Amino acid sequence: MNGDLLFFIEISLAGLGSGALLALTALAFVLIYKATRVVNLAVSEVLMLGGYLFFAFAAGLGLSAWVALPLAILGGGILGGIVERGLIRPMLGENPISVFMVTVGLGSILVGMAELIWGAEPKSLPAFISTTPLFLGEAYVSRKIAVAFVVAGVTISVFLALFRFWRGGIALRATATDQAAAYSCGINVPGVFSVAWIVGCATAAGAGVLLGAIGGISTTMGVFGLSALVVVIVGGLDSILGALIGGLALGLIQSWASTYLGGEYTSVVTFGLLIVAMMIRPYGLFGTHEIERL
Amino acid sequence: MIIGTAKESYRADEALLTTQPQRVWMAIFLATLVALPFVLDDYWLYLACLVAINVTAATGLNILTGFTGLVSLGHAAFMAVGAYTVAWAETRLGTPFFINLIAGGLVAAAFGILVGLPSLRVKGLYLAIATIAASFILHFCFIHFDGITGGATGINVPPLSIFGIELATYFRLYWVIMPITAVMVLGAANLFRTRIGRAFIAIRDRDISAEVLGIPLLRYKLMSFSIASFYAGMAGGLWAYFFRVVTPESFPLMTSIFLLAAIIVGGMGAIIGGIAGAIFMTLAPELLRFGMEWISPLVPNAGALLSPVRTVVFGALIVGFLIFEPQGLAEIIQRIRRYFRLWPFRT
Repeated sequence: MNGDLLFFIEISLAGLGSGALLALTALAFVLIYKATRVVNLAVSEVLMLGGYLFFAFAAGLGLSAWVALPLAILGGGILGGIVERGLIRPMLGENPISVFMVTVGLGSILVGMAELIWGAEPKSLPAFISTTPLFLGEAYVSRKIAVAFVVAGVTISVFLALFRFWRGGIALRATATDQAAAYSCGINVPGVFSVAWIVGCATAAGAGVLLGAIGGISTTMGVFGLSALVVVIVGGLDSILGALIGGLALGLIQSWASTYLGGEYTSVVTFGLLIVAMMIRPYGLFGTHEIERL
Repeated sequence: MIIGTAKESYRADEALLTTQPQRVWMAIFLATLVALPFVLDDYWLYLACLVAINVTAATGLNILTGFTGLVSLGHAAFMAVGAYTVAWAETRLGTPFFINLIAGGLVAAAFGILVGLPSLRVKGLYLAIATIAASFILHFCFIHFDGITGGATGINVPPLSIFGIELATYFRLYWVIMPITAVMVLGAANLFRTRIGRAFIAIRDRDISAEVLGIPLLRYKLMSFSIASFYAGMAGGLWAYFFRVVTPESFPLMTSIFLLAAIIVGGMGAIIGGIAGAIFMTLAPELLRFGMEWISPLVPNAGALLSPVRTVVFGALIVGFLIFEPQGLAEIIQRIRRYFRLWPFRT
């Protein structure tokens, strides 16, 4: 096979891998937004916290990675539940910007706490994915990225299925469409809010462990969440399919941009894409277009 | 309702200071501002100048976010544009200080209009995220247009000099920065006595209704963006003269969040809110520093804990104010004033 083409395929595969992680993080945004109409910027910090929790359980307590991983995800979920009950519930019905700023403040608190507990310097997670490379045909793929891709793909498919067939998923969709109507049909709307936050934050924490396994953890790794935010804005804030397609597409584009233009172009391409997408479809490629009435 | 303030004209009703005590307090406040540099030592003067710069920037953001309802998380980028313009004009053209500063404001305003263009189509959070995107793109430009911006190392700005007097000490800089801030804040207060300011408020309260009432939305939203960016540009220009170096890292996204936090803590949609918030948020880390020094004998390596504790307190202030005091410090000030209006006859 032609060398250039092979190189291109390898880059694209790596891009798809990081795109899957983006999609997974975007899923956390979408879940929380769908249920509570809150854009939770703290998803980025929950992601970071997931990585650190895994670090604490696996390296600090010396647990096996397969015990530490569920514990880290559980930790993210518990945090999500506490935040929803403590901070978001009292703010419901307020101006969306205020709720958004609450999550920004929460993110700052989480970063500070992580620095207080674990220190500011970057750390690497104990290896739990083997490092032997994987070959797809002739193309080389890092095993970590392949694992991340498979995990993200499976998780998103599970969520898509849950939303279609599980009662709880349908309750969440009903709540997203019309809260008052969902209430009168006997759906426990506050319960749906809690579940969405718990599941969303648990997803983010899981994505954080995967991201940390690939690139190490630091208190500033929440920046990754900004890219995921671009994914949800482009894909549509309330669309899981949009998160999946947007995440994979952005991963590919970022990978191409950093290889062929240079690493420093990644953010400008990402955010340029965001602005273009917003000008064309302000509600996202797959989002619901809400008509505003007086 | 205050008794004994019967107004006979709209002019009197719209005045900034309506009662005698207000005028007295304002006079005392201004006298304090004049007296400050003779009382404070160099470190506190440094803080006073920093507070003044932040007050200008926060007031600008308050016009945009608090009064027009357009959330911007890119305000720091406009400050950077102002700072770079001033630094470039000072080092390359050598034009006088005041022209540089105004140019900084105007260039920032032009960028503000450009960034504000999507504001007709996207609203609320989407707009906030569009401004984040714009600030990242500007940051990229600051690093890569190194013919103008000096690349990653930035530009060093020579000390400010007016009429041949070099203003290198904080004592002298104070006399430039504080009056400019006072004028800017006065300008903002007066803006909301005019049609333009009231149109901004109408747009914040319901933009479609405002359009029905005959306010051209795009024009006024862009006007709001340009005025806010002008304030940011002026603040950035002062910042450039104050710190004497401008780099792409001088104005991170954190600064934008800081300014938004300042107006949330201070009170959105009140001029005094921008002032109080900027003062409070600039001085709170200093108070923390004193607190940490105080407990340092008890806690080992308290110095190392300072930065994370600051981050936690910063976030906690935002969350706490939004949940418990959504109107911010401005509301607390109002409450104190109401209490003392009848004091000591009612507790």
